[in-house]
Amino acid sequence: MTRVFRFWMLLGACLFVAGCSGDGTWGWYVIDPTTSQGQSNVRFLIGGFWATIQLSLIAALMSMTLGLLVALPGMSTNRWVRLPSRVYIEFVRAIPLLPMLFWVFYGLPVVMRSLGFPITIDAFWGAIITLAISDSAFTAEIYRSGIQSIPKGQTEAARTVGLTYNQTMRYVILPQAIRRILPPLANQFIYIVKMSAFASVIGMQELTRRANELVVTEYRPLEIYSLLILEYLVLVLIISFFVRWLERKMGADESR
Amino acid sequence: MNAERVIEISSLNKSFGDFQVLTNVDLNVSLGERIVICGPSGSGKSTLIRCVNGLEQYDSGSISVDGISLSAPGGVERVRAEVGMVFQQFNLFPHLTVIENLTLGPMKARGLTRKAADALAMEYLERVRIPEQAGKRPRELSGGQQQRVAIARSLCMKPKIMLFDEPTSALDPEMISEVLDVMVELAQDGMTMLVVTHEMGFARKVADRMVFMDSGEIVETGTPADVFEAPKTERFKAFLEKILQH
Repeated sequence: MTRVFRFWMLLGACLFVAGCSGDGTWGWYVIDPTTSQGQSNVRFLIGGFWATIQLSLIAALMSMTLGLLVALPGMSTNRWVRLPSRVYIEFVRAIPLLPMLFWVFYGLPVVMRSLGFPITIDAFWGAIITLAISDSAFTAEIYRSGIQSIPKGQTEAARTVGLTYNQTMRYVILPQAIRRILPPLANQFIYIVKMSAFASVIGMQELTRRANELVVTEYRPLEIYSLLILEYLVLVLIISFFVRWLERKMGADESR
Repeated sequence: MNAERVIEISSLNKSFGDFQVLTNVDLNVSLGERIVICGPSGSGKSTLIRCVNGLEQYDSGSISVDGISLSAPGGVERVRAEVGMVFQQFNLFPHLTVIENLTLGPMKARGLTRKAADALAMEYLERVRIPEQAGKRPRELSGGQQQRVAIARSLCMKPKIMLFDEPTSALDPEMISEVLDVMVELAQDGMTMLVVTHEMGFARKVADRMVFMDSGEIVETGTPADVFEAPKTERFKAFLEKILQH
C-alpha cells in the first residue's frame, strides 16, 4: 500500500518536473489551476466525478439485486431450476463489455419497439443497464460461493431443531454468509467504477468523456489523461480503503 | 420387550452410486430403549441414524417414527419434531451466543416468547452444567462444553428420541467423560437413545442393546453383557479385539 503510494508520488513528481522544464514537449499549463484557463479546464474535468459515481452506484445496486436473483435458483438441488441460472452466468460472462454496450444502446430500443414497448434509452441508462447485467454474472458467483462456503452441518443442525428452509436461510446461513459475501462484493464495485469509463463511447459525460473532449480542443493528451488516471486512482483508493475496513470489521465479527 | 415401539425400520436399502451403504436393515426400537450402534468406519452406522430423521434419503424400505412414516407427506418435518440429534462436529451456530443457539428452535419453530425460551434454555444449560457460559460464543468454549451445548440445544425441542452420531469422536480425550456423563444422566431419565459410538465403556453402562454393523448390514445384536462376553460372529469378535486392545 505505501509502496504503491510512493511510486505514484514519484511518478507524479517526475511528470511535473518534466512538464515544467519548458522545452516545449510538456504543457502542464493546460491544467494549471493558477491560471483562469487551467482552472476552468480542471473544473470541467472534475465535473465528471458525479456522473461516474452515480453511474457506478446505480449499476452496482442493480447488479447486486440481479445477482442474488440469479444465484438463489442456481443452488437448487433440482437441475432444471439450476439450468437457467448457469446459462445466464456463462452467457453474460462471455460477452465483452463494449459490444454489449453498443447492443444495449443501439439495439435494445429496436428490440423493445418491435415487441410493442417503445422505449428510449439514453447514454446514462444504457451504460447502467450494460454494467449491471455484465457485472451480475460475477456477483451471482460471489453469492453462490459465499453461501456454499457455510458447512452443510449448519443446515442439518438448523433443520433438526425444527427450522424450515426459509428460516434456516434467514437465521442461520445468510447471517454467516454475508460476512464472506460483502468484502468481495465491495471489491467488485472497483471493477464497475473502472468499467464505467466505457460509457464515454456512447456519449455519457463522465470522467473519461470529458477528458476526451478536452483533449480534442487542447491537444494536450499526456497532461489531461494523466489527470484522468489520477481521478480514477483517487476514487478507487477511497473504495479499497472502505473494502479493507469492511474486511477487518467482518473478520473481527466472525472471530468474536 | 412389549413396550411401545417408537422406531420401526424395515428392509432399508441405500446406495451412493455403485456403493451399497445399507443392505436390508431391520431395526425396531421401543420407548425408553438405549441402543448403541458400533462398527468399522464405512459400515453405514451414521447413515442409518441419519436416515431416521430424514437427513439422508433411502432407496427402498420404510422407516416410521412414533407412528409417523417418513415417506408420508410432511412426514420428515413431523418426525424431526420428535427427534433430536447430536453431531460429531457439534454444528453449533457460530454467529449466535450459546443461549441464542438454544432458543432459536423453540422461538422460530415452536413460537415461544423470548422470555419462555430463555427460561427453557437456562433450565437445560443447568442440566448440562454450563449455565455460566450462556452469553459466550461457541468458539470460546472447549470441545466438551460445545458438545454439551449441542445436547442442550436438542433437548430444548423436547424430543422423544435422541440420536447421537459419534458425539465424542471429535473431542480431546480429557473431555470425553464430561459429555458421556451428560448422556448417561439422559439415559437414566428414560430418554430413548440411538447412539453411534466406539465408547464401549459407555455402551456397557447404558445400552439395553448393542447393534454391530459391517458393510451396511446389521451383523449382530444383543445385550452388552452377551455380546462382550461371547460375540457370536467372527467379524464382531475381530472388531472388538481391535478397539479394545488399548
